[in-house]
Amino acid sequence: MVAKTANPLLDVRNLRKHFPLKKGFLAGYQGSVRAVDGVSFAIGEGNSFGLVGESGSGKTTIARIILRLIEPTEGEILWDGKDICKFSQSEMKDLRKTMQMIFQDPHSSLNPRKTVFKCVAEPLAIHEEMRGRKLRERVEELLEIVGLKREHMFRFPHELSGGQKQRVGVARALSLHPKLLILDEPTSALDVSVQAQMLNFLEALQKNMNLTYLFISHNLAVIRYTCDAVAVMYLGKIIEMGETECIFSSPKHPYTKALVSAIPLPQAEQPNQMVLLEGDIPSATHIPPGCRFHTRCPDKIGAICEEEEPTTRYFSDGSQVDCHLYQESSKK
Amino acid sequence: MALVLKISDLRIEFDTFEGTSQVLDGIDLVLERGDTMGLVGETGCGKSITAKAILRLLPVPPARIVSGEILFQGEDLLKKSEEEMKGVRGKRIAMVFQDPMTFLNPVFTIEEQLVDVILAHRGGDDSEARGGGMSRKQAVEKAVQLLGEVKIPQPELRIKSYPHEFSGGMRQRVLIAMALSRSPEILIADEPTTALDVTIQAQILWLMNDLVQRYGHSVLLISHDLGVVAKVCKRIAVMYAGNIVEDCSTAQLFRRPLHPYTQGLLNSILTFSKREGEAQGIKGVIPDLIRPPSGCRFHPRCFGAMEVCRVQKPAMIEIEEGHRVSCHLYKKGEK
Repeated sequence: MVAKTANPLLDVRNLRKHFPLKKGFLAGYQGSVRAVDGVSFAIGEGNSFGLVGESGSGKTTIARIILRLIEPTEGEILWDGKDICKFSQSEMKDLRKTMQMIFQDPHSSLNPRKTVFKCVAEPLAIHEEMRGRKLRERVEELLEIVGLKREHMFRFPHELSGGQKQRVGVARALSLHPKLLILDEPTSALDVSVQAQMLNFLEALQKNMNLTYLFISHNLAVIRYTCDAVAVMYLGKIIEMGETECIFSSPKHPYTKALVSAIPLPQAEQPNQMVLLEGDIPSATHIPPGCRFHTRCPDKIGAICEEEEPTTRYFSDGSQVDCHLYQESSKK
Repeated sequence: MALVLKISDLRIEFDTFEGTSQVLDGIDLVLERGDTMGLVGETGCGKSITAKAILRLLPVPPARIVSGEILFQGEDLLKKSEEEMKGVRGKRIAMVFQDPMTFLNPVFTIEEQLVDVILAHRGGDDSEARGGGMSRKQAVEKAVQLLGEVKIPQPELRIKSYPHEFSGGMRQRVLIAMALSRSPEILIADEPTTALDVTIQAQILWLMNDLVQRYGHSVLLISHDLGVVAKVCKRIAVMYAGNIVEDCSTAQLFRRPLHPYTQGLLNSILTFSKREGEAQGIKGVIPDLIRPPSGCRFHPRCFGAMEVCRVQKPAMIEIEEGHRVSCHLYKKGEK
């Protein structure tokens, strides 16, 4: 049960990030973009936790806050029980070794003027002050772990394929023995035939090195394939969370249902009953009152959805859902 | 059924600094009236090049059409003059592109852009005769009606908006409306939903299905996602490194994929029924088309590669009714 791990490695509590919105040069505060609006989840050591949602739902913002690349407006991030939002810069520098990020576009996250060797060696030189032969041996070792050959070491990023570049990104992230890897859409820039290889490789890597993954993706199939637990986000909030199997085999929230049925299946017989959502995702500057999904919800029950924000209902199988449809007996 | 489009032995090369890239290596494709055909393949396999070649949108040079013909209603598009092509593009063959933001002009309203397209097309081949036969007012009415048809809410109000006021899905609807404005015989859609979220993608695919069924356009849908293609198309052609390797009905492809590449592709797709470790992927990487592998271009990555694969390019053969494959593993008449 990931959602209620006794001693989670990472415990995010009631996280909020509101970006202030200014219009014009001298005009003042004009409201805010509520990118992340009260998110709590926990990841146990050695687990894979998935964050799914459409674009603009706040997935990447959460990743950035966890690394403290941006500061949260409110909330706590407990790492091994300590709140990292209160860490000083030098404490953060040490901490960043243990949490690393792999980005979506492997091409733009590698410096085109640096060889593979330099890319992977840089964190080692900065954090561990490695030099010379020791450095070279360590880089060779890392490249071997990610399945690259020695001949790739002095190539430039443009000489590598997309999958190979992504592996360089992984090697660089692994160089400082991290505990947590944040993977932000690691396969969406890759072709399908390479995607499966990449995910299998990440899976094996996790087992061998006892890594914890925070997996961010808009692709439900990718999350289902790799993660133990999953949180579905909509407009900055987690609307459903639980074990992957449980969420995808019997989704409860109308949004999750629609999301699952919206995926085009590669098969000859297409399912007839499909939940087709109307309209677009509302802007995060004007989040609808009440349940934020009510503007598109196919199962809206009435005025309550428009006025009252649903509270979280917890189920015996460890899953949780924020929806008025499941509120009747919500005495936790 | 009548043939609308017939591409035979189309070969296209690109001259680059590193050498000549053999981008299309003899493509045969047939599109019948009312047919919905999906063109599937990975990055760089030549899907978009094929679409652009049909509309003659490839920059020549560096592109070079080495051989082949593209017969549209019996006329070879490759032999047409640039002037004649203007009468084909957008009117008889229309295209919807991947990224709707780059296609729409940010400084004009949707109305201006849509009306321009309608008037230009209504005016016949001569662009001087703009608006001939249709007043601007009528064109605006037509534009509103088109927007309604692609399910944009309150079209008479939204038509005054600028592209940035529309979401990605709505912009793509505008593009579809534009493409359909002159009821083209063929609609080419190049990755129309790749830039969109899944729930929006489902809306657009539903819309395309609906329009195709109502108006009976012939559709060529290009996508890297077999799921998207399966949703819209009756037939699928699988491309690999500038070749069409398999061409069959959607049902046949999923029931009995013949080409090892198609099998590999189906194996690599993550679906909800696959569990950890079950998706395999295809070993190796997509070949460099400047130095393509000899013989069958797939042989370095193929699990069933034989001696003959290295030497000879396999011919396209029909294995069962409407199911054609280009692979040495199969012989004519063999089931």
